[in-house]
Amino acid sequence: MKRIYSVLVENRSGVLCKVAGLFSRRCFNIESLAVGETDDNSVSCMTIVSSGNQRTMEQIEKQLNKKLDIIKVKTFDEPHSISRELMLMKVKYNKNNRRDIVELCDIMKADIVDISKAHMMIQICDTPERIKLMLTMFKSISVVEVARTGTLALQKCSENEKE
Amino acid sequence: MIGADAMVKCLEEEGVQAVFGYPGVAICPFYNSVLNSSLESILVRTEQNAAHAASGLARVSGKVGVCAVTSGPGATNLITGIATAFADSIPLVCISGQVNSELLGSDVFQEADITGAVESFVKYSYLVKNPEDIPRVFKEAFYIANTGRKGPVLIDVPIDVQNAQISKFKYPTDVNLRTYKPTVKGHAVQIAKVVTALNKAKRPIICAGGGVLLSDAEKELREFSNRYGIPVVSTMMGIGAMPTKNPLYFGMVGNNGKPYANRAMNESDLLIMIGARVADRAVSQPDLITNNKTLVHIDVDPAEIGKNVGPHIPIVGDAKHIFFDFVKYEIDADYSDWIETLNGYKKAMEPKRNPNPDYVDPAAFITMLSEKMEDDGIYVADVGQNQIWSCGYHIVKDGQFLTSGGMGTMGYSIPAAMGAKYAKKDKQVIAVCGDGSFQMSMMEFATMKQHGIKAKVIVLKNSYLGMVREYQHYTYEDNYSVVDLSGSPDLEHLAKAYNMPFIRVHNMDQAEEAIDKFLASDECMLMECLIDPMDLVK
Repeated sequence: MKRIYSVLVENRSGVLCKVAGLFSRRCFNIESLAVGETDDNSVSCMTIVSSGNQRTMEQIEKQLNKKLDIIKVKTFDEPHSISRELMLMKVKYNKNNRRDIVELCDIMKADIVDISKAHMMIQICDTPERIKLMLTMFKSISVVEVARTGTLALQKCSENEKE
Repeated sequence: MIGADAMVKCLEEEGVQAVFGYPGVAICPFYNSVLNSSLESILVRTEQNAAHAASGLARVSGKVGVCAVTSGPGATNLITGIATAFADSIPLVCISGQVNSELLGSDVFQEADITGAVESFVKYSYLVKNPEDIPRVFKEAFYIANTGRKGPVLIDVPIDVQNAQISKFKYPTDVNLRTYKPTVKGHAVQIAKVVTALNKAKRPIICAGGGVLLSDAEKELREFSNRYGIPVVSTMMGIGAMPTKNPLYFGMVGNNGKPYANRAMNESDLLIMIGARVADRAVSQPDLITNNKTLVHIDVDPAEIGKNVGPHIPIVGDAKHIFFDFVKYEIDADYSDWIETLNGYKKAMEPKRNPNPDYVDPAAFITMLSEKMEDDGIYVADVGQNQIWSCGYHIVKDGQFLTSGGMGTMGYSIPAAMGAKYAKKDKQVIAVCGDGSFQMSMMEFATMKQHGIKAKVIVLKNSYLGMVREYQHYTYEDNYSVVDLSGSPDLEHLAKAYNMPFIRVHNMDQAEEAIDKFLASDECMLMECLIDPMDLVK
């Protein structure tokens, strides 16, 4: 079972460490973690993707709520949220595969954001599944480096109206 | 006014009388300011005991215990004490000096990242970088430590912050924390569900944990239990919630508890678990307490509910408030058949011992001691076989039973008794430990002598680390490894060295006279009881 936790925290030093420490100490799994300031600069938002059984998922939420630097914990699953991930990928190309790469980028709606004689950098911002697909599609092409932000997610707008 | 003066002023504002601690350069500004205050500084002989002493004080007074140590090793030595308090939810404010804030992170002399190191053992921690923050930080720390699920809070103050000038000191009157709003009042719908369940139940039982004592709800628990005739068992941390001889009390549960207490819990059809964590030593098989029964779990910490066992009726709230709400309802049920059954179990299942007459029988000795103790006496058990015997045979009348239940920290009893005696000078305070745990904190006799704290200490001496020996007896067929305590000091000489009266008890024939003499003395005193080295708790 996969869950997304959107955790609003006090934007102070050491808070990331406390949250990460909580996950490791209690043997909770982190699949991805993305952190950034919100519109209020005293508040950061951590988006954590975790998996486990029902009880673990509940415990994660309760233990997060217990931390004094945590303002609010929202949890949702994929159908009720919009999730995106940004990936930068550096690949080595030659004249034989250049066209294939460009075509693949076109299909995947990825952009080529930098290029040199033998390398190019591709940027893709999409759902976590499509990012995975992108990596699969590039298996036959020599990938030099990959950097990913981890999943960012917000509840669907319609969920707000339900509240 | 400098930062250190402000720290001391904050403690005065909080009504703190004593600080247990150990100085070093990084906390010297604070200790210098203490000289011009109403605070008494008590110099422990190792930092860990400062936290245990503060814990003893907190548990008998309901106030926050305070300790103050220096940076680096001073702070790291305190960690076991902090972890012990955290495991038992004891409110402490622990102050540590820190190196100059400009040098933080450069591994200078006596620098330790203490806020990082204690992260998983504190309710919260602060590293104060701005001296103007001191009043707010202290106000919050005391509030956090002693509300909701209580626990230790650490305040790390760099030496330059302690020395910095403060423009003006104003102690805040209230706390404004957007992230911390503990729930104390139970949800009315959930309370009503429990009442309905009680009306239907034939065999209800309450299992009281340490939370009942922490919320000062003994009176309310007794009233609730008495009014409706509901039997009570307790966890180790819940000992003392009910007087041992109360006809509705059926002992401590768990793998070291009374067999009839466990049976009562397992056979009940409605189990009200209150202020207890359902940890492994109290409940070894969590499914046994949910099968064929309704489980109500009440705790002030929402994360405890559902952590180890899924209850049918969860209630988040403080024990005192919840009992207060319970007794507002009329419950029309008669549980006298169930009480009768339990009394039958109690009679039939009381563990039998075969004491060796050449030695002191710890069970009989502890019973005799506690019967002779004053009604409101405070008994502090250490960790090991002595703890299990104390739990099994100490009779709580109207006093308190303290021990390190969650962490099981050896050496807890002497410093905790010291803190308790400091807070309650007019009460009898007795630490009971084994010869292993005794040697972990015997240095505190010096503290007690120095500060005129007259707690008494009983050592149940069997010349072994008895609890481990017992484990090796059962698990490794008597292949003993590293449990022999030969080389220990002669306690009579040790008492003499500290200029303390001493009694040695060889067997039960001498016990009564020795106990009378021991209890009659108003000195800090040491008693040694010789226990059969092969004696077992099971």
